[in-house]
Amino acid sequence: MSLFRNIVLTAVIAGLVAGLLLTVLQSFSTVPLILQAETYENAGGAEAGHSHSHEAAPAAGAAAPAAAEHSHGEEAWAPADGFERFIYTAAANILSAIGFGLVLIAISEALGSLKGWHGGLMFGMAGFLAVSLAPGLGLPPELPGMPAAELGPRQVWWISTAVCTALGLGLLAYTRSVVFAVPAIVLLIAPHVVGAPLPPTHETAVPLELHARFVNAVYVTNLVFWAALGALAGAVRERFRAGEDATARPLAGLAPR
Amino acid sequence: MVTNSAASAVGVSASKIIPLSMTAILGLFIVGFVGFSHLEVVHNAAHDTRHSLAFPCH
Repeated sequence: MSLFRNIVLTAVIAGLVAGLLLTVLQSFSTVPLILQAETYENAGGAEAGHSHSHEAAPAAGAAAPAAAEHSHGEEAWAPADGFERFIYTAAANILSAIGFGLVLIAISEALGSLKGWHGGLMFGMAGFLAVSLAPGLGLPPELPGMPAAELGPRQVWWISTAVCTALGLGLLAYTRSVVFAVPAIVLLIAPHVVGAPLPPTHETAVPLELHARFVNAVYVTNLVFWAALGALAGAVRERFRAGEDATARPLAGLAPR
Repeated sequence: MVTNSAASAVGVSASKIIPLSMTAILGLFIVGFVGFSHLEVVHNAAHDTRHSLAFPCH
């Protein structure tokens, strides 16, 4: 159990710091652009932006729950703009960071443990490639009010792409044989050959220039975030190994030489 | 990149498998809840995070 406890502790510390850093970076970069895009969304872009969900539902009163599911907080609770919204964003960032940290450390332990901040940084970079960059090639970061395909298929494509990319990178990093390199490349490319679910139309009230700045800001903030999360996880992991060595020591003592 | 051999990559001791899978599942559950839950309330609370992390949204 000590291994589980130590990993959770490491992920919580690294996730807390990296999540707070991400929140600060976002509040200067992505969040102002999201707020700006929402002014276009609310000023008539809403129908264009959400038409996918209304199209899917039969145009009847009975379809209200399906439509409400995708509409923006007309009925459901949402944090008030300003400080409350900031706090919820910070909490969601920290939780996501802890979640990503848990997965990152679990994978690194299975592959032979993190050896300090540099090993962690390498895993962080892999995390950025698998979770931010690769899914973003097919499904670029979206602003509110932008058209998109059905949510379900996009989530399936996103998760599949992240998993395939992680597997491909792992094979490339941990094997030295062509037998593994070929499937690794196939895993990296396949999601993009299949292609992400696309919206029926790309028409949006959100200006192209705003979107370009947003995509840029998302990649930069995510790169810094993953670098920080990985390096912190690697550095903290080294300090929390209590109990793990103790269980291994009797075995080491029994072993000849 | 890290240059461990394939042998060490495969050689995860049996005692580690359960805690490591539990850790990974816990992490995936957290990310799934924050970033992929279809609950409207969760979506609204984590809205800016979802957009900023480029999760599929709306």
